[in-house]
Amino acid sequence: MIDFFLNGESVSLDVEPDMPLLWALREDLQKTGTKFGCGQGLCGACTVHVNGNPTRSCVLPVASIAGQQITTIEGLKGEHAVQQAWLSENVVQCGYCQPGQIMSAVGLLSKNTNPSDEEIFTAMSGNICRCGTYPRILKAIKVAAKAMQQPNSSQVNGVQG
Amino acid sequence: MKLSRRKFLIGSGVVGGGLLLGFCLRDTAPIPHTRPGSFQPNAWLQITPQGEVIFQLDKAEMGQGVMTSLSAIIGEELDYDPAKMIIEFAGVDSAFKNPQMGVQMTGGSTAVLTSWDPLREAGATARAMLVAAAAKQWQVDAVQCKTDDGFVIHPDGQQRSSYGDLAILAAQQKKPGNVELKNPETYRWVGKSLQRFDSADKVQGKTRFGVDVLLPGMKVAVVVRCPQFGGRIKLFDRNSVANIKGVVAVFPIHSGVAIVAEGYWSARKAATQLAVKWKKGKLSAGLNSASILAAQKEALAKTEKPFSVQSEGDVAFAFSNATKIIKAEYTVPYFHHSPMEPQNCTAQFVDGKLELWAPTQTVDIARAVAAFYSGIDQENITVNGTFLGGGFGRRGYVDFAGEAAAIAVKMPSVPVKLMWSREDDMQHDYYRPATFHVIEASIDEMNSVTGWRHNLVGTSILKGFGVDLMQGLLPSWVPSAIAKKVGHGFADFVSDYDITMGEGAKIPYAIENRNVGMVHHDPGVPTGFWRSVSHSFNAFIVEGFINELAYEGKNDALQFRLNMLEESPRHRKVLELLQKHGSWGEPPHGIAQGIAVHESFGSVVAMLIEVSSNGLKYKVHRVVCAIDCGLVINPDLVVQQMEGGIIYGLTAAMKPPVTIAEGACAESNFHDLPVLRIDESPAIEVYIVESDAKPSGVGEVAVPPVAPALAHALFVASGKRLRNLPLVI
Repeated sequence: MIDFFLNGESVSLDVEPDMPLLWALREDLQKTGTKFGCGQGLCGACTVHVNGNPTRSCVLPVASIAGQQITTIEGLKGEHAVQQAWLSENVVQCGYCQPGQIMSAVGLLSKNTNPSDEEIFTAMSGNICRCGTYPRILKAIKVAAKAMQQPNSSQVNGVQG
Repeated sequence: MKLSRRKFLIGSGVVGGGLLLGFCLRDTAPIPHTRPGSFQPNAWLQITPQGEVIFQLDKAEMGQGVMTSLSAIIGEELDYDPAKMIIEFAGVDSAFKNPQMGVQMTGGSTAVLTSWDPLREAGATARAMLVAAAAKQWQVDAVQCKTDDGFVIHPDGQQRSSYGDLAILAAQQKKPGNVELKNPETYRWVGKSLQRFDSADKVQGKTRFGVDVLLPGMKVAVVVRCPQFGGRIKLFDRNSVANIKGVVAVFPIHSGVAIVAEGYWSARKAATQLAVKWKKGKLSAGLNSASILAAQKEALAKTEKPFSVQSEGDVAFAFSNATKIIKAEYTVPYFHHSPMEPQNCTAQFVDGKLELWAPTQTVDIARAVAAFYSGIDQENITVNGTFLGGGFGRRGYVDFAGEAAAIAVKMPSVPVKLMWSREDDMQHDYYRPATFHVIEASIDEMNSVTGWRHNLVGTSILKGFGVDLMQGLLPSWVPSAIAKKVGHGFADFVSDYDITMGEGAKIPYAIENRNVGMVHHDPGVPTGFWRSVSHSFNAFIVEGFINELAYEGKNDALQFRLNMLEESPRHRKVLELLQKHGSWGEPPHGIAQGIAVHESFGSVVAMLIEVSSNGLKYKVHRVVCAIDCGLVINPDLVVQQMEGGIIYGLTAAMKPPVTIAEGACAESNFHDLPVLRIDESPAIEVYIVESDAKPSGVGEVAVPPVAPALAHALFVASGKRLRNLPLVI
């Protein structure tokens, strides 16, 4: 039995300890927002937060997250400034990679509220998009950063756990 | 009007017969997703008395935005805000066949082009019947009534009746023979950059792609396939995976060994551990990228008269009178699609009926292929569409549906989700064909280009698709074994005469004598549609060679084109837009520019690419793109597709390709088949020509000019003429 916190709620799972977190999320917990893209940590579609840090869940054994705080795209509840910026900039095309992109962007902005282009590239270059939404992702992250700098923003800590 | 079975049999003068019965039943079946009691003026629309407006989206949403653009088209003429519609993925029905292809396919950048007339008519017909119903109710002249976003307005301007309230009465109105379409100047939704209707769910991870189908008691299947194309199972040992927890069943299917397990992880672990030996087939011995290229060169050399895809004037005469002949050889390698969602399909076989959830660009071919591999008649197969995590042509092929069907019938009642790994996806793709080209031009004493000869050799696109296509084209009552046989015959026949291989090789330039020839050579590597299909390779060669000719004659590459495009106003217009916005000829310090222009899928795109180079490395800084795609349904969706096409094209122009070794794909995942990432993505500017011509293709048209424009810029930067993809300086 492995216990951890998923989007702020405690979860107990009886799965093979070497099973990557991705499959526990998608199949055992039916949280399908986190996507399978490569299975090797190369594409970023499976990005979740472990204690606030963007992590590739397809190569993360469940055994290693006991007691940790896991946040998935479902945990953002659609209200995060990054998600709002994704909408206003009309970022998505097929949308398959976007939960992973958004989790990486949220991870970046939670530590750096005014990232440079280079800092955005460093944080986001692990996430592949085959539809080619990169120019809009770059722009949306800047829009989100600006929104999060507003004094009344309630979105800064919109991530649970 | 629906024909009853009896009427059909009498009407067609045929009595009895099992085959006809099947045909008859299919054509009299209700359109999928029909709500009883709804007003259903045509296959696309339903309005329920409760006021729901339901649109059957008969094209696959794979990121190109059809959910938003097509519902805007039908909503415009219905006069109903498309954002309020219930949009459903249409099932298989002959009403939804793509008129350009005869099958229910989303591809060839045809979605808007082929839907523009029927969807406007469908919306306008429904609106006219709703107005007729209201006029009858109010006892007024229908011509005096107006509509406003879901309501018919009384001539007094006060009373209004909602579409839902009118639904029952509207269904009783006579369908008008002709309907009046809106004046484009009054459009409320067409031509506007509506935010995508699929965005809100997609940014929350709520969208259900094929891979996200969840059914009670569902198992997960993987298939272990022979790495060599065309290989088969020799033997496998079920006991070799006996120790893996969660494995439910292991059995052979047509494409390999199926492993069904409680979940993906168990299935994948078993697949890695499975003891299996293959009959590798004849391809394994020595088939590799180099041997394929050598065989292509040989095939071209020994073909006296390649199949002519274009022939004008007297090329031999032009060449014999030339003062100068310029000749070059170009190559294009195999390339993968790699949509972000690996191939998958869910299937369940219950009481003789098979149901599929398939992320596919072609639901009717999926049904036909599923029938072949499951032995179930098409009438007993339902295919549900899902969102697609990218398509790019790969999901026009439905091998995954055949596999899922074959597995499901062996596991009665159990829902099974077949999942491919990324390695499966890259190693068993229908690759963009590798091609070899010889191209030459004759120049006269006035320094004009008088002759153009282009011969290419590669694997026919129709060779690979013909079998599936024929299964989808033939009526569903044709037994699938026969349909498949007919398909093979068609594919074998057509491959030597495949005009689709010449797409994009037909030049717009005023060169009097020209000849484009094609030689089909099939080394056994599966190939197929890849975003922009033959345009993707032919534009590289044609526009690359035009840049060579401009340079040889010491001409400005843009002016050289304009001089030969006097009869092509759309080409001129996009080039002039590029000239205006792209600062052509005035690059920033340290930057080199290249250009190309190409027509595909009814649209014309010009492109300017700016690069800098440092030794053997280069960086793409900026891409400026001008497009004429006729009337624009949603400008921001056009911009999205230009951005996406440019980045897709850059990956194929810059990154390592698929190589073949010992009859198999030598690469396996994004580490050895890397794709463009955000830090390599250039700034992109898009300019759209204002036009009221019929809308034309958008999804693929940005890809073709990318490689030649980049090759041109790299020639300017490095002095190296690059005639092989990927572009390496």
